[in-house]
Amino acid sequence: MTVTERLGRAPVAPGPRPARLRAGLLLAACACLAGAALLAVLVGPVRLGTAGVLAELAGRLPLVDVDSGLSERDAAILWQLRLPRVVLGGLVGAMLALAGAAYQGVFRNPLADPYLLGAAAGAGLAATLAIAYGPDTSSWPVDLLPVAAFAGAVAGVVAAYALGRSGGGRTATTLILSGVAVASFLTAVQTYVQQRQDETLREVYGWILGRLTTAGWSEVVLVVPYALLSAAVILLHRRLIDVLAVGDDEASSLGVRAARVRLVVVAAATLATAAAVAVSGLIGFVGIIVPHTVRLVAGSSYRLLVPLCLIAGAAFLILADLVARTVMAPAELPIGVVTAFFGAPFFALVLRTSRRSL
Amino acid sequence: MRKALVPLLLLALAAAGCGGKTPGDTAESGRQPRRIVSLSPTATELLFAVGAGGQVVAVDSNSNHPADAPRTDLSAYQPNLEAIAGYKPDLVVYSDDPGELKAGLEKLGIPALQQPAAKRLDDTYAQIDQLGKATGHPAEAGRLTETMRAEIQKIAGGPRPERPLAYYHELDKNLYSATSKTFIGQLYAQLGLENIADAADKDGSGYPQLSAEYVVKADPDLIFLADTKCCGQTARTVAARDGWDQVRAVKAGAVVELDDDVASRWGPRIVDFLRLISAKVQAMETVGS
Repeated sequence: MTVTERLGRAPVAPGPRPARLRAGLLLAACACLAGAALLAVLVGPVRLGTAGVLAELAGRLPLVDVDSGLSERDAAILWQLRLPRVVLGGLVGAMLALAGAAYQGVFRNPLADPYLLGAAAGAGLAATLAIAYGPDTSSWPVDLLPVAAFAGAVAGVVAAYALGRSGGGRTATTLILSGVAVASFLTAVQTYVQQRQDETLREVYGWILGRLTTAGWSEVVLVVPYALLSAAVILLHRRLIDVLAVGDDEASSLGVRAARVRLVVVAAATLATAAAVAVSGLIGFVGIIVPHTVRLVAGSSYRLLVPLCLIAGAAFLILADLVARTVMAPAELPIGVVTAFFGAPFFALVLRTSRRSL
Repeated sequence: MRKALVPLLLLALAAAGCGGKTPGDTAESGRQPRRIVSLSPTATELLFAVGAGGQVVAVDSNSNHPADAPRTDLSAYQPNLEAIAGYKPDLVVYSDDPGELKAGLEKLGIPALQQPAAKRLDDTYAQIDQLGKATGHPAEAGRLTETMRAEIQKIAGGPRPERPLAYYHELDKNLYSATSKTFIGQLYAQLGLENIADAADKDGSGYPQLSAEYVVKADPDLIFLADTKCCGQTARTVAARDGWDQVRAVKAGAVVELDDDVASRWGPRIVDFLRLISAKVQAMETVGS
């Protein structure tokens, strides 16, 4: 078997995918995302009326002057509550799916998810510390919690990376194992702090369950730079991730420095994860389910997988959040419950109906 | 192990008057508990309110009222039996048993009294009476419930607004709320207030998480924050939330910062709570007319 054949790896259609098919898949994914976003903007716990919402949206376009008939309050609900939530859901979903795909690629491990290297545990500990011992930030321009969670997530992964390297090995397995060790340690500390400061339990729990509920434009502004940066880095490295699939030694015989690529991609994926965790808490499952579903449909080449994951991740979380805020309306369901409850059976279905293998 | 337990058991039996008796019986037999440990902030407040404060030797880490309660590191969430036994209590009052607390205290022969979260006002009165009997202060307890009943009746019987006012009671930043069927919700109902969370309680938990969209649309006249201590929320942080400037309560300055503790306990301070809410409702009426 030649290297190019192994790089293709898709068992059904070996070799590079025709450009037209690639474009078709990307277009279809974009259409799904657009449909999901539109639906999520139109539907919510408060009925705003399809025509009213469409007119209100159109009215903001330059040179269009329509009266939507929405009251000031309804317009505020649309622009300040519903839209930022849809946008943030899309951004977080895209980043988690992207990070998941990236981790799975560089670690050659189908079970890798964005929280693998201690990002979740680090963010959890830092958020708990901020809630338990942090100063009163109600008068600050920026809330301390997302900043702490972001820093904690990055610190968790950096600790895992440092531990993995000090162990001598720079292989994927060493890194994963040190990630497990760091995560367990950080979680232990977090549990201890929670027990000492049991009045913080409620807020920590609320944070972990996910916070899209109270999303606003400020959170969107907070994550956009990281989303753009990490997406750009991983998009640029998507062919190199394909090369890593053959193993570190063979990759280096092809002139690719596996450890370096892994470091850069992990750094970018960590930034994405940290930003997502900072504004939305710990939303599970997206980082595993979206990349694998995309793989089953479109093959495992990262050339197509990375952009598709970005789009599909966004669409998936937007829809999951739509379910979270409408099924029990006007009450909310935790988003993590929805991603797992609807994601798992959907994934099983895709697994059954697909003739491809992972 | 068994050898060590026997003298302990004997001691405990002697202290309790004799085996198998409930704390209520102890008091009737004339023996008052002298070393009470409270693992419930509400019970702590009740103990001091019925005049048994002098008999309390230790209270849990969250029992922050009254100020002279002997606060310790004892955790009510994860009670440590050895630590509790270390205070040599002759009565332990607790609200929730997360695991083996009751069984453990029984094994050690320490009389225990459970006072779970009240579901209605009558539960509070019953718990006050129960504590009064158990600690040897039945008369004070009787007077306390009498005063509370009279005060609450007076406050609830005050002038009602012409139009029933709608309110939103916030438990945390993620918009968890309490419906009218909860203890706190029943207190608001005493004043004729309407709860916007009632429509959201599909699963009947009493504590639904509301959508921000819904709260803004429901347009409550009053917002009560029971997350000022836990989560640093104030009238200002609420006004700064996206879209909330459209809410009547925010426009009218009717966002009320509560004491989280008072709003989550079922002790004697609910009278002060009701008085505060009633004053806010009256103030709204004055502004309105």
